[in-house]
Amino acid sequence: MVQKRKPKLAVWKFASCDGCQLTILDCEDELLTLTDKVDISVFLEASRTVKKGPYDISLAEGSITTQHDAERIKKIRKVSKLLIGLGACASAGGIQSLRNFTNVKDFISAVYPSPEYIETLDTSTPFSRHVHVDYELQGCPINKHQLLDVISAFLHGRKPNTTSYSVCIECKRRGNVCVMVAHGIPCMGPVTHAGCSALCPTYNRGCYGCYGPKETPNTASLSNWFKRLGVNEADLVRYFRSYYGNSEHFYKESKVHMKKRS
Amino acid sequence: MKNDKVNTKTIKVDYLARVEGEGALYVKIKGNTVTDVKFKIFEPPRFFEAFLRGRSFCEAPDITARICGICPVAYQMSSSHAMEDAFGIRVDGQLRALRRLLYCGEWIESHALHVYLLHAPDFFGYDDAIQMAKDYPDIVQRGLQLKKTGNEVVILIGGREIHPINVRVGGFYKALTKQELNSLTEKLKRARDIALEAVSWTAKFDYPDFEQDYEFVALRHPDEYPFNEGKLISNKGLDIFVHEYDNHFIEEQVAYTNALHSKLKERGAYFVGPLARFNLNFDRLSPLAKEAAHSAGLSPVCRNPFKSIIVRSVEMVYACDEALRIIGQYEKPEIPAIPFQPTAGTGYGCTEAPRGILYHRYRVDDNGRILDAKIVPPTSQNQKTIENDLWQFIPKYLDLPSEELKYDCEKAIRNYDPCISCATHFLKFNIDRE
Ligand code: SF4
Ligand code: SF4
Repeated sequence: MVQKRKPKLAVWKFASCDGCQLTILDCEDELLTLTDKVDISVFLEASRTVKKGPYDISLAEGSITTQHDAERIKKIRKVSKLLIGLGACASAGGIQSLRNFTNVKDFISAVYPSPEYIETLDTSTPFSRHVHVDYELQGCPINKHQLLDVISAFLHGRKPNTTSYSVCIECKRRGNVCVMVAHGIPCMGPVTHAGCSALCPTYNRGCYGCYGPKETPNTASLSNWFKRLGVNEADLVRYFRSYYGNSEHFYKESKVHMKKRS
Repeated sequence: MKNDKVNTKTIKVDYLARVEGEGALYVKIKGNTVTDVKFKIFEPPRFFEAFLRGRSFCEAPDITARICGICPVAYQMSSSHAMEDAFGIRVDGQLRALRRLLYCGEWIESHALHVYLLHAPDFFGYDDAIQMAKDYPDIVQRGLQLKKTGNEVVILIGGREIHPINVRVGGFYKALTKQELNSLTEKLKRARDIALEAVSWTAKFDYPDFEQDYEFVALRHPDEYPFNEGKLISNKGLDIFVHEYDNHFIEEQVAYTNALHSKLKERGAYFVGPLARFNLNFDRLSPLAKEAAHSAGLSPVCRNPFKSIIVRSVEMVYACDEALRIIGQYEKPEIPAIPFQPTAGTGYGCTEAPRGILYHRYRVDDNGRILDAKIVPPTSQNQKTIENDLWQFIPKYLDLPSEELKYDCEKAIRNYDPCISCATHFLKFNIDRE
């Protein structure tokens, strides 16, 4: 039998917490099988080996926060057949995009005595603002089953099994009582992308939106619900400005409440 | 003049591998003298302390977890404790035990990751654990199983292994039942056996002869091996309460790194992490963990940082033992969290992350809004010691070919299991000497 060349997989990091790439190492049962199927050519968190591109699949975590990184993602794009963004950082700028709502210079001088040493952009942006991204996996962090599915989908030339519905659907499927209706706890589930199996409601808390907006979320309606539960305008801004604060839908909704804040 | 040129060499590692985050190393050698050592952290800053301002106290555990995906529980524990300190509440009894159990899970998971996947390959000359698995499949498989058990503890109590969702100020959103915890017992027993094997396995590694006179800093509790609580002590006379931290420690910004360097005001560089905990708290280990350490020829004070891999293995034995003890005595608490009202004030928290002490300080207003935050992760605290090690280590091995010396320098850095994502998000500075 002719041995087919193993597809080359590369893992890259930008501004991030390492959590999404750690998800690969957290596939304890599947890790060695995965390394049989693909040639892990770059994965600095796990290996000193760095093989030259081009790569069949590049998985990239983090967001763009420096000029240097804005150049780096372009180079990676050039040497990658497929570029897959991992997590909130990659697809929306992540928690660090909270800087986008303020003057970053003030941030720097608030934390650094010598701000001139620090090179950083005013914003934290997703890869898609800089290059074409073939696929984005949502979540902060991503879910390992989805990650394995996406890798195997691209290896087999099929489409990944992802959904576009909300956390609510997963919550109903688990048979949870609705924390918002039954206990009056504000929950972002109705506007949040599925993928976590409705983890927070299962642990008796409201969803805080760490999987980002679902397709076409009705954020205005959710805000009305929240207000009835006693959430004020300033708090609404916080709800929409967290891990996906820089995503289109949550950004717009947060701006509405920013204006109404007294 | 000519000679000078021939004798000058630089060692550069542009991207350090098998560490969390992005770091680099720069060493300059003239003749037989090391003239420059820079352990650089170039991970871009993410400004956590700045944007925590204005957020609610209840978001601190979720937000600060995102500083690091490798030790999110540590961030959740330190931030919760600091907030509880600000509001004057105490989490006790079974809720406290459940937190300790959660932390055991993180120690097991994080140490197993480092011991088997990141550090052990150094002692065999492999580039990574995947290559090592070709020659030692059973060892790597067992390591992965141990790591998985740690993660299972975190998943059960925290909801998921990275950025758990169940932790809150005052306790948890949901308290687990005894039956649920019992499902971990058999796995933890098996994990403890693997951890014992890890101790005897790592004890046989070839260790460079390298000892330094470090100042070790760790928490010390009256009767426990430290996780969430204790006084801060050192082998050189430090003995303070956590709220006195800022009086004794100081952060400096230096030009070449995005992480602040932490120092003891009185004495400079210090060493935090497993080796420090072990040296300062050996008497608080479980009998089995003590015995394992002894049979590995290890007793305090161990001053060889390369042996931290054995100490991590001993701590895994302890964490499995402690987890089993907690589960054995567990009763489901009546309420998942202590009720409280936020009040204005300042709170301090310091817990033992897998890599060492993690300090948080918050000032909050009457509504529980964060006015300012300060976070000092273990890697910032070890940075100076890592550099000092290299200053001392390199002259002993100058005869090695450059590639080998470079590899050994990387090994010396990985002794600390540095977490660069943790180290780059910053604190307020005090002095700038560059
Ligand atoms: S998306 Fe979340 S988990 Fe993933 S790297 Fe960013 S902060 Fe970490
Ligand atoms: S915050 Fe929402 S999306 Fe994230 S884990 Fe909780 S329920 Fe799932």
